[in-house]
Amino acid sequence: MKYLDEYRNPMTAKLLAEKILRRCGRTIRLMEFCGGHTVAIMKHGLRQLLSPRVELLSGPGCPVCVTANRDLDKAIALARHPDVILTTFGDMLRVPGSRTSLQKVRAEGGDVRIVYSATDAVEIARNHPEKSVVFLGIGFETTAPTIASSMREAQENNIANYYVHSLHKLCPPVMKALLDSGETKLDGILCPGHVSAVIGSHPYEFIPRDYGVACAIAGFEPLDILLAVEMLVEQIESQRPAVEIAYRRGVKAEGNRTAQEVLESVFETDAAKWRGIGVIPASGLTIREKYQNMDAERMFSPAIDPPVEQKGCICGDILRGVRTPYDCSLYGTHCTPEQPIGPCMVSSEGACAAYYLYGAYDGR
Amino acid sequence: MEDKILLAHGSGGKLSHDLVKDYLLGPLRNPLLEAMDDSATFELFGRIAFTTDSYVVTPLFFPGGDIGKLAVCGTVNDLSMAGAVPKYLSLSLIIEEGFPLLKLNKIIDSIQKTAEEARVVIVAGDTKVVNRGCADKLFINTAGIGVIPKGITISAATAKVGDSVILSGPIGDHGIALLSQREGLAFETTLASDCAPLNTLVGDMLTVSHKINCLRDPTRGGLASTLNELAGQSRVGIAIEEEKIPVNEPVRAACELLGFDPLYVANEGKLVGVVASGDAEKIIDSMKKNRYGSSAAVIGAVVADHPGKVVMKTRLGTTRIVDMLTGELLPRIC
Repeated sequence: MKYLDEYRNPMTAKLLAEKILRRCGRTIRLMEFCGGHTVAIMKHGLRQLLSPRVELLSGPGCPVCVTANRDLDKAIALARHPDVILTTFGDMLRVPGSRTSLQKVRAEGGDVRIVYSATDAVEIARNHPEKSVVFLGIGFETTAPTIASSMREAQENNIANYYVHSLHKLCPPVMKALLDSGETKLDGILCPGHVSAVIGSHPYEFIPRDYGVACAIAGFEPLDILLAVEMLVEQIESQRPAVEIAYRRGVKAEGNRTAQEVLESVFETDAAKWRGIGVIPASGLTIREKYQNMDAERMFSPAIDPPVEQKGCICGDILRGVRTPYDCSLYGTHCTPEQPIGPCMVSSEGACAAYYLYGAYDGR
Repeated sequence: MEDKILLAHGSGGKLSHDLVKDYLLGPLRNPLLEAMDDSATFELFGRIAFTTDSYVVTPLFFPGGDIGKLAVCGTVNDLSMAGAVPKYLSLSLIIEEGFPLLKLNKIIDSIQKTAEEARVVIVAGDTKVVNRGCADKLFINTAGIGVIPKGITISAATAKVGDSVILSGPIGDHGIALLSQREGLAFETTLASDCAPLNTLVGDMLTVSHKINCLRDPTRGGLASTLNELAGQSRVGIAIEEEKIPVNEPVRAACELLGFDPLYVANEGKLVGVVASGDAEKIIDSMKKNRYGSSAAVIGAVVADHPGKVVMKTRLGTTRIVDMLTGELLPRIC
C-alpha cells in the first residue's frame, strides 16, 4: 500500500537497526512517549531488533491511561444522568473507574454512545434536542482542536444541548514533571508524532537545553521509529542533544497554526491530575468563560464518592517509565484485556495491553 | 403508503397465513415446505451434522449481501466446516412491527438465491412479529442439517504437529464493509462483504484429499481468534507468517485509519484449514479453481512449541504473539 509499505520495508528496517546498534557505545535508555509508539514497537517486534543496546521504556502518552479515577468517576456519573447521552471514543468504554465502568453503566441502561469524532456527537445533539449530549473530551493536543472546533460549530448553529467534559491534557508539561522527578534516568525521548503535528517542535526545546536529554519526534510506522532512534543515538553518542523531527511528513517546526488558534479560542491551560503522577500545573485544558454554557462539569456538577485506586495495579509506575508491565504481579494473571484492573490493560494504546496482545514470544 | 408488517401478521390468523403464503412459501417453494405440516419429514443416511445460528446484523443490507444471504451462508458454512454436505435448513424470522414488506420480500429472495447456490432446501420455518421496539427490524435464525461423507473426520481438536495451516483468501472484507455503512462511521469504500457459501469449496478440497484435520470459518473475532481456538482445542502451537496473509487494500487502509488489526476483523466467506503438509499443495490447487478460494495459500504450520498459542513472524522478521480478540471490535456484524 502506498505510503504504508514504504515505511515497513524489512530491508531498510534491518539496515537501520544494524546502523543503530553499531553506533551505540553503551546501553542507552529511551522513552517512547506515545502509547501508539509502544503498540508499533510491540506489533513489529522492534525491541527485538534493537536489543540489547537500546532499552525502550513506555511513557505517559496514552490519554485514557493517564485519566485519573476522579475524572473517570465523574464521566460515569454523567452517563448515569437520565437526561444525558454520553458520547465517547470507544477506548473509554471498558476502563474501570473506582467502582464501575461506562460499559457497565450502559448495560444498566445509561445512554452511552461510541463516536469516532466530536462532530458526530454534535450531530447526535442536533437529532436529540430533548436530551443533553455530553462529549467526553479525552486526549492530548492532537484531539483537542477537533473538539474545540465541534464546540464552535455547535455555538454557531445554536445547538444548545451539546456539552463537553474536558479532560484534555498537554504533553510538554508532563515530560517536564517526569524529568524533574528524576525517577527514571533517560538518555532520550521519542516525542509524540501526532501531538507535534499540532504544537510543532519548539515546545520540547527545554528538554535538551535544561536536562541534556535527546529528543526526536517520531511517527508510528516501524521506519519512523527506527529513524527517530537513529537520530537519538547520534545525538547521545555525539553529546549534542537537540530536538529533531524524524516525522517530517507529519510535523513542521511551527506546528499547525490553525489548529493551535482553534484550541486556544476555546480552551485555557489549568492544572490537571494525572494517574500515577499527580497534579501537574498548567498541564490540562479547561473550557474558557465564553463557552462555559457547554462545560459539562460546570453545568451538571457530577457528584461522586471519594475515588478509590485499584489495589496492586502499577499503571502509575508504568506511565512514569519506572516499571514495565512485566513487573506487575497482576499482569497476565489477574489483569488481562478481558478482565482489566488498570486502564493500561484496556486502552488500545495502553502499555500493558500492547505488551499482552503483541508481546514477543519469549517462551512464557 | 408503503406496506408494513403489522402485529396481526404474527397473530396466527388470516394475515399470518397470507404472509407465509405470499412472502415465504411463494419464493421458497419446495415439496417439503409446501406440505405445511408441523414438521418436515425426510430420510437421511450417514453421519449427520446439525447446527444453528442467529443473525442480528445491522444494517440489514450491506455491500455484498444482506441478512438473508448471511443467514443461509452462515449455517451452510458451519455445516461445511464439519466436512458435511449441507442438505436442509430451517428459517425463523422475528420481525419488528412496522417492518416494510418490500424489504422482507427482498431478503426472502436473497435467501432463496443463496440457498439455490448452496444447493440447500429450506424445509421448515416460523414467523413471529413483535411490538415496535422489542426487536431491531428483523432477526433471523437458521438451523441446518448436513450429511458427512464416509471417512471424513474434521474437528478443531485434531490439528497435528507438522500440519500446514491454509487460508482461503484475503481477510477482513466483511467487517470493514459493514463498518463502512454504520451510522456515525460511514466512509466511502469500494469494498463488499465476502459473504459466500463455502460448501462447494470444501467439497473440492475433500475431493483431492481426506487429510483435512480442521476447518473453521473465521467469522467474529477474525483470523486471530480462529487460530487461537484451533491451537487451544488441539493443544498445539500455531506459527504463521504475516507476509503470507492477504489483506485487500481498502481493508488495510480502513484498519490503519480506525486502528484495527485485520487479523481481528470478521469474515463471512473465508475458511482456515489445517491439513497434512504433504497434501497441502494439491488442496491449495483445488481451492484455487473455486471462485471462493482463488487466492488460497499456506500461511503457517502447526508446531510443537508454545501449545495453545499462536505466534506470528512479522514482516521485519521478528516474532510476536497473536492473541484472541478481547472485548467488542464492532457491534453486530453478523
